[in-house]
Amino acid sequence: MSGNRTIRVTGGILLAVAVLALVGPWVSPHDYATTNLDRILASPSLGDLHFFGTDDLGRDLFVRTMLGIRVTLLVAIVASLVSLVIGVAYGAIAGFVGGRIDAAMMRFVDTLYALPFIFFVILLMVAFERNFFLIFVAIGAINWLDMARIVRGQTLSLREQAFVEAARLTGLSMPRIVFRHIAPNLIGIVVVYVTLTIPQAILVESFLSFLGLGVQEPQTSLGALVDAGVKQMERASWALLVPATLLALVLMCFNFLGDGLRDFFDARHSS
Amino acid sequence: MSLLDVQGLTIRYGEETVVDGVDLFIERGESVGLVGESGSGKSQSALAVLGLLPPQADVSGSIEFDGQQILGADEHVLDTLRARRISMVFQDPMQALNPYLRIGAQLRQILLRHGLAEKAEAGAQVLEMLGKVGLPDPERQYRAYPHELSGGMRQRVMLASALIAEPDLLIADEPTTALDVTVQAQILDLLEDVRDNTALLLITHDLGVVAGHCEHMIVLDRGRLVEQGQTTSVFAAPAHTHTRTLLAAAPRVDKGEVPAAVKSSKILSVGEASVDYRDVRAVRDVSFSVGKGETVAIVGESGSGKSSLVRAMLGLVPMSSGRVVYAGENLDGVVEERAKSHCRDLQLVFQDPISALNPQMRVQTIVEEPLRVHEPQLSGPERRERVTTILERVGLSEKYLRRFPHQLSGGQAQRVAIARALVLEPRVLVCDEAVAALDGSVREQVLDVLRDVQADTGLSIIFISHDLAVVRSISHRVLVMYLGKLVEAADSGTLFAAPRHPYTRALLDSVPIPDPVVVPRRAPLRGEVPSPANPPPGCVFHPRCPQATAKCGDKAPVMRDVSGSRVACHHPNS
Repeated sequence: MSGNRTIRVTGGILLAVAVLALVGPWVSPHDYATTNLDRILASPSLGDLHFFGTDDLGRDLFVRTMLGIRVTLLVAIVASLVSLVIGVAYGAIAGFVGGRIDAAMMRFVDTLYALPFIFFVILLMVAFERNFFLIFVAIGAINWLDMARIVRGQTLSLREQAFVEAARLTGLSMPRIVFRHIAPNLIGIVVVYVTLTIPQAILVESFLSFLGLGVQEPQTSLGALVDAGVKQMERASWALLVPATLLALVLMCFNFLGDGLRDFFDARHSS
Repeated sequence: MSLLDVQGLTIRYGEETVVDGVDLFIERGESVGLVGESGSGKSQSALAVLGLLPPQADVSGSIEFDGQQILGADEHVLDTLRARRISMVFQDPMQALNPYLRIGAQLRQILLRHGLAEKAEAGAQVLEMLGKVGLPDPERQYRAYPHELSGGMRQRVMLASALIAEPDLLIADEPTTALDVTVQAQILDLLEDVRDNTALLLITHDLGVVAGHCEHMIVLDRGRLVEQGQTTSVFAAPAHTHTRTLLAAAPRVDKGEVPAAVKSSKILSVGEASVDYRDVRAVRDVSFSVGKGETVAIVGESGSGKSSLVRAMLGLVPMSSGRVVYAGENLDGVVEERAKSHCRDLQLVFQDPISALNPQMRVQTIVEEPLRVHEPQLSGPERRERVTTILERVGLSEKYLRRFPHQLSGGQAQRVAIARALVLEPRVLVCDEAVAALDGSVREQVLDVLRDVQADTGLSIIFISHDLAVVRSISHRVLVMYLGKLVEAADSGTLFAAPRHPYTRALLDSVPIPDPVVVPRRAPLRGEVPSPANPPPGCVFHPRCPQATAKCGDKAPVMRDVSGSRVACHHPNS
């Protein structure tokens, strides 16, 4: 039952962070884009409601951090969902149909794996200008490959299970076997893998933003905030520490959540 | 002083006690059988003696080996003890051998690491040992990797590595359970021949093995020792009820009632069926038929094609040639291409009940699914009524409806699988090793369910098994397969009394008999079943056949009548 506690604790923290990110900017009197050149790099204080201080343009860091969390979570969740939908459909079809179609589909995946990712992203940026939407595309484009491979492998082994043969003997149609017998047995591994893809997507987004290829000003993300914070590290340590800590916290929670879910699904299978 | 003296051994995992106050002792050179069903704590006790239990096990009591306390001894002391004085053979030799090392290197390591031989002599000593355990061409096996050997040869290598240090005690945990019955007979003979002065602790669920090969026996039940003594006296006069239950549940291949032949009209027949998987010819031209209310057993060792035959018959795998006729109509192609009404009449029960049930579904959903497909007009309550009736039939009450498969024991899960197969009231039920994974007492209950259903509804059963003693107790007719071919078919009464084919005779002679009064026969066959990818020419059995002549290597025999049996052999026993 320790798995269950991990799920509750990490899930709770993530929920709290998400709620704070949604409600926070609404409560604060400041907004994320307004500069105030009188208050450049102010330290955190409760008096003027700059809870996390201000940045080098005098913008309120609390509101910007909340905005960054929103953007980071949004990118990560949308990118993971994209990879989930494409990866599960692609992998399940390849695994269930099998034979030559499977071989052809998986060689295509191998080909995509061979593309150098950063090079691919830079090409996208050059071709289509910098665009928020491109980040989803770029991250989704790499993550679904792993998902497709995992789902295909799982489907292949499920297809050979005795209970699928029993279903065939009963006279169940193919779609019914896939939906009633194969899909429910994929949920465990897919859910676990998605919770592990989210932190991966967060890292990739932060990495892109840190390189300046991600979200563009005045929009921001946790990665972009860390990038800005690094530049002010010696004068305003809070500008680095606050977003970096939150980034680490969110990543850690997602990783533990994935572990907890895996234990949870394992426990349902063995007595 | 005893060689091994265990007093009050208790093993706990948290709250759960798996071994509870077991006392046992073994004298030098003696052979002791440790018997019990799954979960009786027999393997745990053996691991405790070797000091190999996981760290979370809480062990108490006393284990003295040759006067020395092992329990709680230093790892270094245990290491030396395990290398030189106590060795172990496991059920699965593939897990115990290092797949990256050649056989010779693994055995040399044992000698060199513990200073049992000089570097120059170790190789010769290993070769001698490999010869002693009956490996053909020891020089070649010396250089082979474990995966190049067959299951029986690997187990011989394990025995060689266990005995090379000439230990005082050999612990063998189900050493022959994974092997075919003719190979099991060879390994058991070998165990007897090569151990010299080494005492043997043989852990097994098979009372036949104990009766033939152990002087003493110990019976465990749920972690407690319930009976111990001379094997002959325990078998002659079992004192504890659990021992009596075990003995009653151990079927005998050599005597006991055989179901009388059934005269009825044919319901299903298979003609000249062949099944191929790429280059493997799994089944070759097999024909047979099943009558109404008849139980036909198909027996044979691994690679005989018995499973492939019925899977092709049911349409789970395609048949390369041949036909299946059910109730006067041809069944063609795989199951998806067959008429729904035919599908519902032919059902299958699998060997491993747990993997045959979808882990995400409750018992009720599992059993009612066939009804949803074939009788969609049924209302919810009607369906539930049918499900509870069939569950009751197989001996499960309503409280199991809401359970998931992992909340069932092996026997309960197999009953659910049988209920799912029977809920559509099929005419033919195929049981593919359906009781092989079950403990003796549970197996009898499941067989009783099958017998009852057959008596009530006239169900025909095709019973695939490698266990001839079980087959004897349930089947009206027996088909014997070897390497994809049918070699003998006869009524049970005829086949068990007078086997005509030399292979059938050898199979019967290889089965251990749970009676110490019967002196076990020497293994009747040498070698192992060849690969079905490359079967021998002529009669497929001739390389192992004691009666083979030149003709057998040239010409494949056809099935013919020999005093009441159908036999494919040039020189049948008359």
